[in-house]
Amino acid sequence: MIPELGHFALILALCLGSLQAVLPLVGAQTGNVQWMQLCRPLSAGLWVFMVLGFGCLAYAFLHDDFSVAYVAHNSNSLLPVYYKFAAVWGAHEGSLLLWVLILATWGYAVSLLSRELPLDILARVMSVMALITVGFLIFLLATSNPFERLLLNTPAEGVDLNPLLQDFGLIVHPPFLYMGYVGFSVAFAFAIAALLTGRLDAAWARWTRPWTNAAWAFLTIGIALGSWWAYYELGWGSWWFWDPTENVSFMPWLVGTALIHSLAVTEKRGVFKSWTILLAIAAFSLSLLGAFIVRSGLITSVHAFAVDPKRGMVLLTLLLLIIGGSLFLYALRAPVVKGTSTYGGYSREIFLLINNILLVVSTAMILLGTLFPLIHEAIYGEANRVSVGPPYFNTLFLPLMALLAFMLGVSTFSRWKRTALDHLTKNLWKLLLASVALGIVLPLLVSARFAPGAMLAIALALWILFGVAQDLWQKTANKASRLSGLRSLSLSYYGMQVAHAGLAVIILGICLTSHYSIEEDRRMAPGDSLSIGSYEFVFKGVEERKGPNYVANSGNIDVLRNGVPYLTLHPEKRRYLARGDVQTEVAIEVGFFRDLFTALGDPRGDGAWVVRIHVKPFVFWIWLGAFLMAAGGVTAILDRRYRKKLVHAGVMPTSDAQDMQGVLDH
Amino acid sequence: MNSARKQKLGIVLSIVLGAAIAVSLILVAFDQGLNVFFTPTEIADGKVNAHQNIRIGGMVKVGSLVKEGLAGTRIEFVATDTNIDIPVVYEGVLPDIFREGQGVVAEGYVDEHGVFQARQIMAKHDENYMSPEVQAAMEAGRHKQAQGSLTP
Repeated sequence: MIPELGHFALILALCLGSLQAVLPLVGAQTGNVQWMQLCRPLSAGLWVFMVLGFGCLAYAFLHDDFSVAYVAHNSNSLLPVYYKFAAVWGAHEGSLLLWVLILATWGYAVSLLSRELPLDILARVMSVMALITVGFLIFLLATSNPFERLLLNTPAEGVDLNPLLQDFGLIVHPPFLYMGYVGFSVAFAFAIAALLTGRLDAAWARWTRPWTNAAWAFLTIGIALGSWWAYYELGWGSWWFWDPTENVSFMPWLVGTALIHSLAVTEKRGVFKSWTILLAIAAFSLSLLGAFIVRSGLITSVHAFAVDPKRGMVLLTLLLLIIGGSLFLYALRAPVVKGTSTYGGYSREIFLLINNILLVVSTAMILLGTLFPLIHEAIYGEANRVSVGPPYFNTLFLPLMALLAFMLGVSTFSRWKRTALDHLTKNLWKLLLASVALGIVLPLLVSARFAPGAMLAIALALWILFGVAQDLWQKTANKASRLSGLRSLSLSYYGMQVAHAGLAVIILGICLTSHYSIEEDRRMAPGDSLSIGSYEFVFKGVEERKGPNYVANSGNIDVLRNGVPYLTLHPEKRRYLARGDVQTEVAIEVGFFRDLFTALGDPRGDGAWVVRIHVKPFVFWIWLGAFLMAAGGVTAILDRRYRKKLVHAGVMPTSDAQDMQGVLDH
Repeated sequence: MNSARKQKLGIVLSIVLGAAIAVSLILVAFDQGLNVFFTPTEIADGKVNAHQNIRIGGMVKVGSLVKEGLAGTRIEFVATDTNIDIPVVYEGVLPDIFREGQGVVAEGYVDEHGVFQARQIMAKHDENYMSPEVQAAMEAGRHKQAQGSLTP
């Protein structure tokens, strides 16, 4: 009964969504205020029914209703309860349901939090979002119904969730990632509304910026969580593989980053307008492309969902309709939104333009590398398959990012409209000297080995951090006290600096880990030991341990630091009972400056095992930096400027404005 | 030349220069990062040079996996597309879903003895999921075998 209720709720959501896709938009084009006003109740209704549908599927999982095919394939009565809940999005159908639920949530959030928006813009935005929701709901109901029943031969027990997914990562990674992906639909909808109305001014950019920042911050956390999950779950000690599925999440992030910067220019200076629109379209289109690539099984990847050509075709059609439609509209209407002011050399506009070019070029090169196997296959036939490996991406991406980091340091001191060259050089030469000198000296203090990559990375990271510090110092110089100076700076300024510092931290993390990690895969018999730096790892053998739904071979590895017992790590090899799958559980001692990473390989007779032992300096900083970036994005959203109500007369009654203030203050 | 023209020339030149650098970087990167995929049959047909970096795909032949009695972390197995078998040597930790009778994709090179020296063995998310490469390789192998049995 409950699954049917869920199915019915999704159908009702589809009906409400269809109304919301049409009525407010038609109302906005014809000036019918009542139709426009329908967008708020409709989006609330759409959201309620999506929550209901999602809740019904979660109910089926929590109550082990194996008559539902999706539950039977992805759950098991022995599964711990939190994994039963997370298993809702553990495979294609349910994760698509989560996707649509999040889409409806963003739409509802826009309708709640954008009361200062002119009604005609809100109506258009809401219709565009509903249109996307409807497309995905049709796809969900027609090809991937999660409520399909196995009534005739209901299994007594479920197949179980893929053991690789039975992890804390499954609980948090997909929701954050989808919040990011789908969040770009808001910027997309605002862009379409701007194209439809031809109004693209500072106010438009101010409405769009917090939503873009929010989506971007979610995506940042989502990607970082995915990378962290891969690091400790796949058992290879690597945190980024340039795998197609990683790439498709990274591309919207890069374009989203470009969009955040270009929106800043559009708001402050009224230029880059059509470029901003194009970026907003591109960010969401790349999110959709990601969904398509992951779900169509076109590209070999560690993440790919089960392959079904029919789904792929429907999704491709949807993708082409949304991307093609928006680009067509862009081609028709882009000339309407024109930039109004000018800017000269060394201006902040120029630096942000360079930032945008570098980010977009990086995206294009990742896109080329990701799709190249498909293009190659289409040209040369199925027998000639190729794959593009990490060396391609590293060769192109790292120089581009080095350039980006360098320009970031310079642009910190640039000004809008025009910057005198000697203003830049005066501010920068000491920083340049200091960061280059420290970049060369610091690595030599650690090891005599000459490591140009590490040197460049340290120099660039310090270059950014010094720039952030010097800018803060200068901005607080003319105030009564440093403290009052710090108070007078806006939250969006702090957000920017925190995010930039986060980038520096990531650069340090990535480069120091890559250069100074020590990775050993050894065959070890009980009693064998291995020394890495000041650590000694003693393999004490493997014993059996019973878990709730698995049996584990649990290794004992004593770690000594400078000869003194430090701790014991227990990496495991687990065999899950329901499917018989084998799964490696690594044991990591996380530290601020280094991780000790151990994993069990396979047994090699006489109690000997292949053991993987890595010492990875600064790897924690990769995720710390990503967290700082997201925190910066959120800090910027909290800026008062975004909460100021518009001075448009009659747009909003005062009581509403106070409500609004209340909502946002919480 | 007046300053406006100079500026335009500068912009054009930097675009040309940027494009040239980008194209040459991409060519270098492709040269390093591109792995062509081959099936055991294609390797037997001599389509691959020794020590060329490639990917192979096929099934791990049942009963071919040797783990014990070898030095260090070395393992040996046979990859097959049902038509041709190729011995594979790998040193390191195997992915969890590596199993006899299952599909495998390996990256590495063929040495002078015709042994595939694998640098990396690819892992799969799902044991029911077979990569398109392996699927195509198996089909091609079966096809070839069928042809072979028709023409004695």
